Amino acid sequence: MGAIFRREVKGYFTSPIGYIFIAAFFAYSGIMFSYYSLNSGYTKLDSLFGSLLTIIIVLIPILTMRTISEEKRSKTDQCLLTAPISLGSIVAGKFFAAFLVYLIAIAITAVMAVVVSAFGQPDWNVIVGNIVALALVGGAYIAIGIMCSSFTENQVVAAVLSFVALIAASFMTTIGNLIPINAVQTAFEKISFGERYFSFTYGIFDFSNVVFFISAIVAFLFLTVRVLEKRRWG
Amino acid sequence: MIEVVNLSKHYGDKKAVDNVSFKAEDGEILGFLGPNGAGKSTTMNILTGYISSTSGKALIDGIDILENPVKAKQKIGYLPEIPPLYVDMTVKEYLYFIYDLKKCKLPKISHLKDICGLVKIDHVYNRLIKNLSKGYRQRVGLAQALVGNPKVLILDEPTVGLDPKQIIEIRTLIKKLGKNHTVILSSHILSEVQAVCDKIIVINEGKIVANDTEENLSHRLTGDHKLMCKIEGNKDNVMRALQSIEGVDRVYCDAEHKNNVSEFRIEAKEGKDIRKALFKKVAENGWYLLELKSSELSLEDIFLKLTMGESIPALENTEKNKEEAED
Repeated sequence: MGAIFRREVKGYFTSPIGYIFIAAFFAYSGIMFSYYSLNSGYTKLDSLFGSLLTIIIVLIPILTMRTISEEKRSKTDQCLLTAPISLGSIVAGKFFAAFLVYLIAIAITAVMAVVVSAFGQPDWNVIVGNIVALALVGGAYIAIGIMCSSFTENQVVAAVLSFVALIAASFMTTIGNLIPINAVQTAFEKISFGERYFSFTYGIFDFSNVVFFISAIVAFLFLTVRVLEKRRWG
Repeated sequence: MIEVVNLSKHYGDKKAVDNVSFKAEDGEILGFLGPNGAGKSTTMNILTGYISSTSGKALIDGIDILENPVKAKQKIGYLPEIPPLYVDMTVKEYLYFIYDLKKCKLPKISHLKDICGLVKIDHVYNRLIKNLSKGYRQRVGLAQALVGNPKVLILDEPTVGLDPKQIIEIRTLIKKLGKNHTVILSSHILSEVQAVCDKIIVINEGKIVANDTEENLSHRLTGDHKLMCKIEGNKDNVMRALQSIEGVDRVYCDAEHKNNVSEFRIEAKEGKDIRKALFKKVAENGWYLLELKSSELSLEDIFLKLTMGESIPALENTEKNKEEAED
């Protein structure tokens, strides 16, 4: 796992993807920060964190699109799959590398919190909760993105697939509302990534939401392993 | 060392590998010979655990590749058909990565240095793989397979894309490696397999059609005497004249050129040398013998021979057509 993790992290920064991802996130979060907090003199960061969900839905597919599809296309997967390591550690190595790049990007929100603290007394508990939530939802989205990348050899197809999947996962509640049955609507609301993330931005640190996101990460990475496994049997 | 028992791989209805069994002992170089799409790469991919078999077993040093993949893969170095290289890395970075990936225990720097010396890539060690020529990429691929000094080397067409000098170097290297490794290499070049391998397996349409030592196989396959010649003279008359030479079994016309020049393929009866008689016949008729050589069986001939028997249908058809036209 270590070798793949190191190679992937290096890969993100020898190609433009890592830089573009971080720069785009910085730019968007910077604009949102100046709009919601600096310009309006608002010391809470809930609107900022609320708005960040949109940008990670757009950016994470770019981060994860090549993880597995590119290996398959350039046949380098032959080197990984015939090495004496398990499929799980290959997928985990790729996940943690993407996750590290993501963490570097969202670390900027901590800087913003420090800036805000110069003007007022922010609620640090809520801010830490928000950063943890952003990390968790991002982790789950990266897992979904990696799974989508394992479906295809084409990076663009992988990106589009994960984009659609992330929108669906984020706005499950809206999809559920199209079906006029109460039980179904509640069920969709329960599995909506967006709903669970927003509850953090309201200042509620619900441990069940943490468990939900961690389970989602594990589940989607496990599915990725199964996809790779299945392809060998095809 | 390697034992393959009744291995099959089906893609839907297509049988890519069909009930293949063979064995390779310690320190043996086994050649896998077959045309494109014969199932060579598929078999190798199964042996290395890249894909799974539909049925049958592949044992590496007694370990089943499907039951205990991690342990079996530790014993294998694999060079696939297309070397699995990360083109955005330098050769050094790439080999370090492979070293870590294989969880190699040998002293890192000296081990990698030895390998680079062996496949002669020391002088491109710090270059990006992206900027290397195909021959060098192939060598880096081979270096990658050698990392960790695995007992078994599986090389899928290892000399593809190399220039003649490099081919000889790599063949010598493989022969050297064969002394303390078990090597399986695939090729569609007969002379390569002949030059390097102790044992040859010929595979076609997923089935093994021959499994023998080099001497036996080439003896069996080039047993009868064949000549190729180019003669200037009326084609039909030449054909008839050649046919009338004592000891000639069959005559085929392979090609017709301008100025009455045609190429013929002559099959003689075993043990008969017809070259003198042929020369005489041509001279007597006032034709010119422009070229005469004994024809070695090409791989295509061997396949046709091994899979379809003696005749070569494509050529016979043209003759039949001509006969029909004449009638």
